[in-house]
Amino acid sequence: MQLAYYPGCTIKASARQHEQAALAILRALGVELREMAEWNCCGVVHTLTSANLIRHMAPVRVLARLRQQGAHEVVTLCDMCFNTLARANLLARQQPEQFAAISASTDSELRYDGDASVLHLLQVLRDRVGLAALRARVRRPLRELRVYPYYGCKLLRPSTVGIDDPEIPTLLRDLLEALGATVIEGHLQTRCCGAYQAVDQPELVAERVTATAAQARAGGAEAIVLSCPLCHFNFDTLQPRNGAPLPVFYYTQVIGLAFGLEPEELGLETRQIDQLPPLRQRDRAQAKGGAA
Amino acid sequence: MSDGNGLITMQLMGKSYQVPSGLTIMAAIEYAGYKLVRGAGCRGGFCGACPTLYRRDGSHRIFTALACQTLVEDGMCLVQMPFVPLLTRPYDLHAIVPQPNTLLQHFPEIAGCVACNTCARSCPQGLPVMDYIQAALRGDIERAAMLSFDCIACGICSSRCPADIKHYAVGLLARRIYGKYLAPPAPDLARRVAEIAAGRYDAELDALISLPAAELRARYEQRSFEAVADGAEPYSATRRYNSPMDPVDYQDELAG
Amino acid sequence: MSMTIRADSQANELLQTVEALSGQRLAACYQCGTCAATCPFVAAMDLPPDRLIQQLRFGLPGVLERRAFWVCVGCDSCAERCPRAIAVPRVMEALRLIAIRERGDRLAVAQLPAATLRDLPPIALVASLRRNTG
Repeated sequence: MQLAYYPGCTIKASARQHEQAALAILRALGVELREMAEWNCCGVVHTLTSANLIRHMAPVRVLARLRQQGAHEVVTLCDMCFNTLARANLLARQQPEQFAAISASTDSELRYDGDASVLHLLQVLRDRVGLAALRARVRRPLRELRVYPYYGCKLLRPSTVGIDDPEIPTLLRDLLEALGATVIEGHLQTRCCGAYQAVDQPELVAERVTATAAQARAGGAEAIVLSCPLCHFNFDTLQPRNGAPLPVFYYTQVIGLAFGLEPEELGLETRQIDQLPPLRQRDRAQAKGGAA
Repeated sequence: MSDGNGLITMQLMGKSYQVPSGLTIMAAIEYAGYKLVRGAGCRGGFCGACPTLYRRDGSHRIFTALACQTLVEDGMCLVQMPFVPLLTRPYDLHAIVPQPNTLLQHFPEIAGCVACNTCARSCPQGLPVMDYIQAALRGDIERAAMLSFDCIACGICSSRCPADIKHYAVGLLARRIYGKYLAPPAPDLARRVAEIAAGRYDAELDALISLPAAELRARYEQRSFEAVADGAEPYSATRRYNSPMDPVDYQDELAG
Repeated sequence: MSMTIRADSQANELLQTVEALSGQRLAACYQCGTCAATCPFVAAMDLPPDRLIQQLRFGLPGVLERRAFWVCVGCDSCAERCPRAIAVPRVMEALRLIAIRERGDRLAVAQLPAATLRDLPPIALVASLRRNTG
């Protein structure tokens, strides 16, 4: 399976390990992502007023370039990119007059009529690859691992573009259970982490990630598993430093571990593996077994 | 209006002048009686000192040009724009560690890019300006350096940007970081420098110095850049970037 | 102290502008408070979303001075649950836009500390600029 791939800025900056892990597990599953030849930032947040048409240009340009490059659908890893591109796509189909205005202001350099589809990698894994195929590829079931899947906002809301039930999603649970992990759940899984407030109101983010991590820990979770690079940054840097913060992993990295891939193929440092007691114990046991 | 005698009418800062057709904008301004003390430099399209904004009859667009490189047209309404203010945080290139956010750290306003592409449409060098800003935003310093390679810092892009980005300064820092930290070293350079330092070419250089100018020029025109194995591509750090004005074009010129 | 509250929305210029920019009709709100109960950041708001809408409808002064709409990141939790199908994040964005137009940017990007800029994911900065600057 070959799919066009839109990385987004952060996948190339602070979230490179997510891309590395995604490419590794997709190789193992026989899926090839082909990065778009030229692409720009999607704009990250969908513009919510009728006055700022210029701010729709970034996602429209991504979709227009996708079509120019001959593809009809595109996969994203980043939840923010997915949401912004999918909503721009929806707008292109529902309000073509707004897009005509954008096109006119650029000498028709930007032409797009809503005929592409935007996919999140999780959709590809669930709907194209299938969880059964994922389960069949598992070489190292994560049986001893207790994880708290965190959905955040952009995978689910608004429900017009979300990829699972906005109130009671099951996608990450199903995925992690297919890998053999024990899933801990709670109502904060779908509550926003504070997103870009990390820039100048980090206290808002700290309050949210602290509460969510506390719920995960109270349920017995040893790690938080999530998808969005901004959630990842917030959970990684803004959990309280007193007491041990819960480690944070991209779902791609957890899939890779279950596939038996090496941590370095998944952008994981030894330090991070050491934060997962069951994996560390098993690695020790295997090392002993191998030596004997 | 052209009067049949080869004269055309242009407007300069709101005033009409009759000038001969076939002049560059810069020459036309001087023909009209102005002495350029600012906004003129090399007169060869390299220094970026003479950015010009103009309108044409029959279009609502603002057009852009370098005054020394563009012929004046009948009905042009011109203004010279010698300088776009530039304020950047001072940086010490030696202290910079190239990381994904390095360019963003020095120019956080690039995060405001709306991808409207006005910069690229206004660039007199025809550079993909928006694309190099986007590369800078995602930490691809090499791509930002390569795509901005032919920037002459005229600043027209920055005067037109709705996000107030200082594109040319971003590209300059990208190229500086690329040159200092990221460019693969030219394979023969270090060896050649060592040879020169060891005095291996002293006699040859003395001989060259004593040559007559014409002979020296002929030798210069026949010079080669890199030792290339038979059938191999000459070394180029920039070849895989397809800028419209590729910095390695000179090799084609040499071949021709 | 007495205060005149005008139910006449024709006279309420701010309400009209917010409705035009957001595409939402605020008369539909019946003040159930679901948005406030849902919002993960309501504790940091100086006025919960339902009361912000109420003050806007009544044309009360001081709405644009509130912090509430700068706290909202548009997570859409309230929008999914609103029984009157009001997209509250669009109302918040309209208020941000009006405030920025009247008073200028809320975020001075050139004054962000270098250490913050070094570590932030680009998406955080892009999103913040789009929500806090004109």
